[in-house]
Order: sequence, then C-alpha cells, then structure tokens
Amino acid sequence: MVNLTIDGKAISVPEGTTILEAANRLGIHIPTLCYLKEINEIAACRVCVVEVEGNEKLNAACNTAVEEGMVVHTSTPRVLNARRTNVQLILSQHNVSCTTCVRAGNCSLQSVAHELNLLDEPFEKKPFPFRWDKNAPLIRDASKCIQCLRCVNVCDKVQSLKVWSFNGTGRLSQVEVRDGTPFREINCSLCGQCITHCPVGALSARDDTQIALDAIADPDKITVVQVAPAVRAAWGDAVGLDARLATEKRMVSAIRSLGVDYVFDTDFSADLTIMEEGSELLERLKTRTDDKPMFTSCCPGWVRFLKLEYPDMVPQLSSAKSPQQMFGAVAKSYYAQLLGVEPEKIFCVSIMPCSAKKYECAVPQVSDAAARDVDVVLTTRELGRLLRGVDVASLPEEEFDQPLGTASGAGVIFGATGGVMEAALRSAYFLVTGKNPDADAFSDLRSLKGWREYTFRLGDADLKVAVASGLGNARKLCEALRAGEVQYDFVEIMACPGGCAGGGGQPICDGQELAGERGERLYTLDKANLLRFSHENPSIQALYRDYLDHPLSEKAHHLLHTDQAAWDL
Amino acid sequence: MNRLQIIRPSAREKTVAQLYSDLARRGSVAPHGNCPLEQSAAFLKLCASQSCGKCVPCRVGLDQAAAIMERISEGRGELKDIDTLEHLADSIRDSADCAIGSEAARSIGQCLKSFRQDFISHIEKGRCTAVFDSVPCRAACPAHVDIPGYIALVREGRYADAVRVIRYDNPFPAVCALVCEHPCELGCRRNMVDDAVNIRGIKRSAVDWAGEVPAPACGPSTGKNIAVVGGGPSGLTAAYYLQLMGHQVTVYEQRDQLGGMMRYGIPRYRLPDAYLDGDINVILSTGVKIQTGKAIDGEGYQALRDQYDAVYLAIGAHSYKGLGVDGEDAENVLSAVELLRAMGDGQKPDFTGKRVVVVGGGNVAMDCTRTAMRLGAASVKCVYRRRQVDMTALPAEVEAAIAEHCEIVTMMAPVRVEKDADGKVAALVVQPQIPGAYAQGRPKPMKADKDEERIQCDVVIAAIGQVVDSAEFAHYGLPTQRQNIQSDEGCMVFQSEGVFAGGDCASGPSTVIRAVEAGKTAAANIDAYLGFHNVLPQTVDIPPAHSAVTGPCGRVELPEREPQARKEDFELTELNMTHQECSQECSRCLRCDHYGFGVFRGGRNTKW
Repeated sequence: MVNLTIDGKAISVPEGTTILEAANRLGIHIPTLCYLKEINEIAACRVCVVEVEGNEKLNAACNTAVEEGMVVHTSTPRVLNARRTNVQLILSQHNVSCTTCVRAGNCSLQSVAHELNLLDEPFEKKPFPFRWDKNAPLIRDASKCIQCLRCVNVCDKVQSLKVWSFNGTGRLSQVEVRDGTPFREINCSLCGQCITHCPVGALSARDDTQIALDAIADPDKITVVQVAPAVRAAWGDAVGLDARLATEKRMVSAIRSLGVDYVFDTDFSADLTIMEEGSELLERLKTRTDDKPMFTSCCPGWVRFLKLEYPDMVPQLSSAKSPQQMFGAVAKSYYAQLLGVEPEKIFCVSIMPCSAKKYECAVPQVSDAAARDVDVVLTTRELGRLLRGVDVASLPEEEFDQPLGTASGAGVIFGATGGVMEAALRSAYFLVTGKNPDADAFSDLRSLKGWREYTFRLGDADLKVAVASGLGNARKLCEALRAGEVQYDFVEIMACPGGCAGGGGQPICDGQELAGERGERLYTLDKANLLRFSHENPSIQALYRDYLDHPLSEKAHHLLHTDQAAWDL
Repeated sequence: MNRLQIIRPSAREKTVAQLYSDLARRGSVAPHGNCPLEQSAAFLKLCASQSCGKCVPCRVGLDQAAAIMERISEGRGELKDIDTLEHLADSIRDSADCAIGSEAARSIGQCLKSFRQDFISHIEKGRCTAVFDSVPCRAACPAHVDIPGYIALVREGRYADAVRVIRYDNPFPAVCALVCEHPCELGCRRNMVDDAVNIRGIKRSAVDWAGEVPAPACGPSTGKNIAVVGGGPSGLTAAYYLQLMGHQVTVYEQRDQLGGMMRYGIPRYRLPDAYLDGDINVILSTGVKIQTGKAIDGEGYQALRDQYDAVYLAIGAHSYKGLGVDGEDAENVLSAVELLRAMGDGQKPDFTGKRVVVVGGGNVAMDCTRTAMRLGAASVKCVYRRRQVDMTALPAEVEAAIAEHCEIVTMMAPVRVEKDADGKVAALVVQPQIPGAYAQGRPKPMKADKDEERIQCDVVIAAIGQVVDSAEFAHYGLPTQRQNIQSDEGCMVFQSEGVFAGGDCASGPSTVIRAVEAGKTAAANIDAYLGFHNVLPQTVDIPPAHSAVTGPCGRVELPEREPQARKEDFELTELNMTHQECSQECSRCLRCDHYGFGVFRGGRNTKW
C-alpha cells in the first residue's frame, strides 16, 4: 500500500493506483476530458493536472501513479490557471455551437467549461473544417473534434478495427479515418462505440427523426413502431428519467404520445428469431458438420465485421434475419394482411440501441416483404430527442399493441450479451427433448466476460457454445477458430461490449460503462415475465399456425432468412 | 556623449542569443518523424526574421517562400506552387545581396530536392503522412532497444531485468555497454533540457552489476536448419534469435575464435575478453552449433545452400585497402586489419622503442594508434590528410589517444614510404594539404603550396578502410557491388532464394549495433521465409514513470583510468559509474515512453 495526502486528506491505496483514482476514493473531484479508464489514459487534454509538492511541473492525475509520501493539491491557483487555459485552448479548436449540437446538455467539454466558470474565449478560433458525407450512418464533425483520441483507442483496443487514426504532427495533427481513406471504403462495423465514447458532438449517428415525424404526419401512412429489447433498459437516461420511473410500460405510452399508430415489441420478433435460428441450428448440427460453428446473425455490426474481416466465415452465419428485420417483414406481410392493407401503407419505425441498424435496414438484399421492410431506424438517443418537451414522468403505464406486442422473457434478454444464446438454448432444449428445461437452466451464460465458453447437455449430446461481445473479442475468437485452437457448435457474438445494452445507439453517460447495469434490468424483466420460452409465445404460435406454417418453411425462408454474403457493405 | 563606447550585450541580446543556442540544442534532436514541410516552413520564417530588410529577394522572397510551404503543409497547395517555389529559391539564391538570403534559399532548394515527394503528397492528398517518433532514443537505436524501459529498471536496482530487456533486442549488452557508438544519445530528448542521458554508461552499470543472466528458453523445435557464415556480431545475433525461435543454427567461422571484428578489430583495452565472451556464451547457451576455423569458399557456399533451409552471410569486411603509394611494400608496413587480427589471437608485435606512424582518421586508426602505444612504441603519430574536426573517429577516442601521448598530425597526405638499405621502413614522406571546397559535407583536402615533409619512422600502419572479401561468393552468382554483397532492407539477397546477408559485408564497414540490427532483421525474415511467425515474448514488467522529472542537471561522464598508467597495458581503460552517479543519471531520463506521445502510441510496443 502507498500512503499519500490529497488536499490535506490522508489515504492509503494499492501500488499502481493513479492520483485520479485515489482522489475519487476520497470523494475529491478532479475534472477530466480525454480520460477513459483503461482505454484512454494518455493525459492529452491536460485538464486533470494537479500539483504534487516537490515537482516542478504539474502532473496529470489520470496517469500518474501514486508515490509514497506524495502530497497532492488538486485546486491551487497554478492548477486552476492551467486547467482553465487548456480548456480555452481546446475551445479555440472547437466549433462551439451548443444550442444546435446533438450533445447539448450532455457534453463533457460543456460541463468542464461550465465547472471552470469560463465566460469568454480569448483565443483565435481555428476549428478544422467539417467535411463528411451526411448520408452516412456515422457522422464525424471535425469542427467539433477536440483530439482527445478516445475514438482512436476505443476502435483499436476494444473493437480491433482501427478505423480512426491520429494523423500528422504538430499543430496540424488530427483524428482522421485511417490513412485518410474515404469513410465508405474503410472497414468500419458501424458499431457506434466511438460515438458513445466521444466526449463532445464530433461523432454522432445520423439523425433520422424528421423522417419518422414526416411519416407520423402523413395521413396515408400507418406508422408501426418496434422497440428493441435493450432500449427499455436505457431510455430513461435519454429523457432524464430515474430508472424506477423509466419502466417498459411507461416507454410504451411515451412512444404512443408521439402520435404513432401502433407500438409493438422487437422482443416478439426475437422470439421468432429463436424459432428460426434454433431450428436452423438443430438442422445444421445434423447436416452440416464440416462448417461449425454456426454464428448468430442478429447484430449487424458483427455481420459487417465478419464480411469485412473474415469473409470466408460468412457462410457460418445463421441465415436468420435479425429480429429487427424479421419484425419488418412480418409487419409488412402477415400484419398488413391482418389489417387488410397494402404493405406499402405501413411505415415501420424501429427504435434501436444501435447505429449499425441504420445500415442494416437499408441493405437492399435484406428486405423481402416490401421495398424496405424497416423504413427508418432511430437510436435510443433519437427517441429521447423526440420526447423532449414531453412530460414523460407523468405518463401512465401502458401495454404494447397486439398481436406483435407479446413476447417472452427469452425475447427481452436478447439485449444482453449471452441472451440470444440463453433464449436459443431454452427452446432448443425443448425441441430436442420435448420438454422445457428450467427457465434459468442456462443462467451461467449471464456474464460480462468478453469471451466465454460453455458445454451444455442437450438430449443425449453435448453442445459446445461460446459467447463473445466486443469486436476485439470476436477477432480473438475467429482467430482461435481459424487456428483450430477451439471448436464450438454455436457462437453468439455482439459487436458492442456487453451486447446491445451497451450499444452504440444507447444514451451516452460519459465515463460510465452501463452495459452490465442495463443488462440486469433485462434479466429482471425476463424473471417477471410469465412467458419464459419463445416457443410458448402465443402470438408466435398464431403466426406459424395462420401464416408461416412451421419454422424454416418456404414462406419463413422467403420472409425471415437472408444471404448475408450477398449484402452490400 | 562619448566619441566611442564599449558595447556590452543587453539583456535582450543575451536572451535572443540564448534562444539561438536553445534552438541549436533542440535542432540537434529534431523529431525525425515530424512533417518536413512544417519544419522547413518554420525554419524559413526564422531565416526571414534575420533579414535586414534592405533587399527585395530576402525581405519579400523568404516570407513568400515560407507562406507557400505553409500553404502546402496545410493541404491548401497546388502542384504549380512547387514550380513557383523552385524559381523563387533560384532567384533568391542568385540575387540576394548577402548570405542571409542566399543561404536560406539554398536550404529551400535542398528541401525541394530531398523531399519533393512530400510536397506532392501534401498537395495531392491534402494531408500529412508524418509519423511521430514517440521514443526518440529507441527510434534512433538501430536495434530499437527499449532504452527508457531498461533505464527505469536500473534505477530500481533490477539490473538482471535490465539486461533481459536489452537482450530482447540486442544480444550484445556487454559489448555495446563498452563500445557502442550510441546513436540513441543523439536522439535523446533530454538534449532539449541540458544534455543527452549517458545511456551507454547506464548500460555499463546494468551489465557490471547484473551478474550472470541466462538466456530465455528456446521455443519448440521447428526442425529447420540454418547456416550462418561468420561468427561476428551480425551472424551471432541472427543465430541467437533464430535459436530462440526454435530453429537450429550452425555458425561457420573462419578464425579460431568467435566474435569477428569485436575480437579481431576492437582492442582489449576497450573491450576485454571477459565482456565479449560473456555475451557470446549466453548466445551459445541457446544451442547454436559452432564450426570455428572453417572458412567457406564458393563451393562451400553452394553446399550450404543445398544442405540448409536458409543461409545467412555475415562475413564482415576483413580485407583492407592499401596506401597506394610507392614503397608500401617495405618491411614493417602493415595494415590495421593485420595488426588488430594478430592482437585478437594474442600475438602481440613488439614495438618497443619503435617510432610508429598510423595513417587514417577513423576509429580503426585510433585503435591502431592507441594499440601501438601499448605495444611499447617510442612515439606514435597518427597522420591524417584532413583537419582533426573532419575525423570520423569519435572525438572521445581522439582525445583519449592524445591523452596517452599519441600525436595527431593533420593536413598531411602520404606520398611514399622510404626504405632503408635493408628494405625496412625509414620514413613516411607526406605532402601538406589545404582544406578546399566542400564535397559530401566536408572540405576536400588539396595539395598545399608547401614542400613535402619527411616523418622518420620504423613502422607504418595503414588504417584507411576495409573492404568485403566477397569474390569467392560473387564467382558463384552472389550479386555484389563494390565488393559489398547486395541485399535488400530485409537482408534478402537479390535473386538468391533462401540466402540472406547483412552486417559489414552488405553495408560496408560499420558499427556493432548496425551489425546487430542486420542480424535481428535477418532472423525475423528468415523465420518468415521458412513459413513461421515466431514472436518472442517480452516478459519483464517496466516500472511506472516517476511523477517528478529532474530539472536541468549535469550529465555524468564515465571516468577513465589515468592515461599514464593505462597506456602501459591492455586493461579496460573506462571505469563504471558509482551507484550515486548511475542513480542520478537514470533520474535524468525523461521517460518518453510515458510522457508525451509514447503513452498513446509507440511507448512500449515490445514485440517484433
């Protein structure tokens, strides 16, 4: 243990602790900007500087290890002068347009400047110009970038794609797409982790709210909304509502308050995915023993990753569409038929914790029931923006519309890493043995470990499965498969660490990794649901009985499956 | 009002002068990775600030030239700007009234010539591809040794770990602790504060205080066999790393002992056998097979190619250039290579009472000069045709020779060797020279209008360069150029499948650390050539950087034994630092692996 004093308070911390961490333990707040624990501890912004007695220069609290007997002062005049000046310098490169910024009110630069009581900008403004294709799902506004390099390190260390790099030297150095490559040509998964880790408004997902608003206002359109599982675990953060009030049912009424016609649940189509993907798995286990494992295909970030980085493994993806796309296909076929309208009249809005879903819904090869099965994808953050001005706290709790609003607990856990696997195994067990397992029989899968493997007994055979989240872990897993170091039957992969709960479309709470907490909320919903098995969902049973016939039927193949290899990137 | 006054520099002038000396210090460690256009534009602005303002080319032209360069560096340039700049530079150079303008213009011309591609890529791509050298010492070290890492370990007293860290990139820590030319120190960012860290000195402490440090375990056997021809620094480096990667290496060495120029070129008073053998024994402990006393001729080379999966040629540069003057066939005219080779095997010629003349100005000339003194010579003169400042020998070596009472005779070119009646050397006749116009960075000596001089002597040693003995291999199809074996930057020999070459035999005579660089490069590429990707593990954890950075503080130099005593023997002349000195020196390291860019990228990428 190392003993030191911070602002007159003594503390003893383990060797290797940083001054910042030690100060946090004492409840002493040191502002930071570029710092991201374990991902970006590079002391670039120089906002967290503190004075250490005996040292000539100030030290960055975020990456200076404590030393025995250290005496630290966190807010001396020297410290405050350096902090204020450095933030003013950052502002000189920042296009300060807070009122119209997507991150207004949720910007770390704004809050640090506010905290330091900066009331003027003394330096000449020199932001880099904003040059970007505004139709891309991911938008980078260089005029707002503060070169904190978080995006560079998140994409490199966590997602292993290295889409961003820090180019040039000196005053002209700045973050760019790697090697100056045009963004549409780079190997970006569109996972959005750089967006959720950006402290300012430099990185964002394309705003499509106006498209949704136009459809709602169009009397000829029937607006059908689907809400992804993970959205309900996080939407409160987007509207500033406490988790106890931000319930699933209040979310339904909040969305309904926007004037949409129907509010349905992607959990329903998650159950449908289990029926198709689970059946596909059992069939593959029998017929295709040479190209194991089968990969889940729910996550478009992962699908893009595989297409870009391991194209030879793409045939191992389940051909099942993602729950979002299955929902769109069902809404514009089965449901259109139920309503007795042409599919074109239905406008499908999907609310997702994801930026890659904006890409997925626009892939020409994915839509089968209409020109576009899903018309527009809004992130959880966009939902929050649409709800600005709505007093959500006072809204009553309401149910989803029917029949596409009924879902099992197996569907809701899709939003957490391991959830798809757990849901699939619950039903696969039933399909193999003819009886249900304990609903929590596979709860070992609930973990935030980036790559984990399990063997489960299914009937008279062992099923070897693995779950990974985060593309860096996905890469390790793919490499291990390729090298023959591991063998699995079935693998679930989600591009974002922690799964969709930590998705790139989720509300941003800077500095906090909330995937675990949000995932827990989904498991609580699962536990509370009377339905725990996808195959027991009565709406799913009706869908097969009245329309699709059986899983993997010809109609199901046409509407619910796809050839990812053919997808445009 | 005084009619005349004594001018004393004002505080303002002193400060500006100080800025220029700071600039010189900063300039000496200019980051090599940075944008060349940015840096040259800044330099031009400085030149423009020195203009008096009288004449058009300098007053207006330099400013305009800087503006064009800046525009291009910011990605706002056009291709025609390059032409404009070129014409502008010619015009300023040709028409400026004084050196302030014309010399600045010469620099512009040099920029356009040497990095025209950067101008073009900035214009065409609108961006800079410069990559910052995050740890300058490490970038400047040919073997890319993790210098801040091992300095941090030495500071903690973890000497064996420091040696392990060095060996990860360079299997000759002891040799380099004594004789490395330490290009790392030229890059040391500490030069911006006061003076470079004494990196080699710290390495010496690590090596002296570490005790025996065994080699790491070799990887599982790959079943591949590799022949290395030449047991010098390059060959043994390749052998060491290839063994660690799991291959089986056999080293063929024509002399009786291993070490190459480290044993047969560097005198013992700079590199005692104990240090050299220490490094070699660790290398051999990895299971290298050795065939000493086995010269490989052309046929032998062919046989090796058939017999082994790959061949690494590291035969060094052991032939020498003659003086090329009349009388050099006289008895007691010998080459540096012959002298130092004999010394390596312990055969000491007796120079007792003899007057010795060494011809040359490089490190080898200094080695011969100081060796001759130790062999009992009555006097030793080192004759060189240029100025002392032009010598390629390290200044410290020249100073040491002078301290040992050797004489440096400059601006004298050998004309002929005079023989006595017995055909023995009687004198070296030299022609005084005058430094002339610059060629390749230093003035070319020219015949002075002075008479020849006669230096009476008994022994003449020619230390004017070595060449590669590659004829045998060339005869069997190995590509050579000026006797150097031609290989690419990956040490692969052109048009020779599975044959690699590096070290002095490919580069011409160079340093130990350059030979190590080649050996390491060859090992990595031979491994890849054989279809492997063996990445050696670096297992030593590096202590975190201290929060305090030592302010301006003098650099500790390694002490040497007293000249009068040391010139009598072949014992090591240089002494180690004390623990106090070493600790202070370690604390001067700025830890560029942690402070600055290194913490983001390049600070600790230890795998190769």
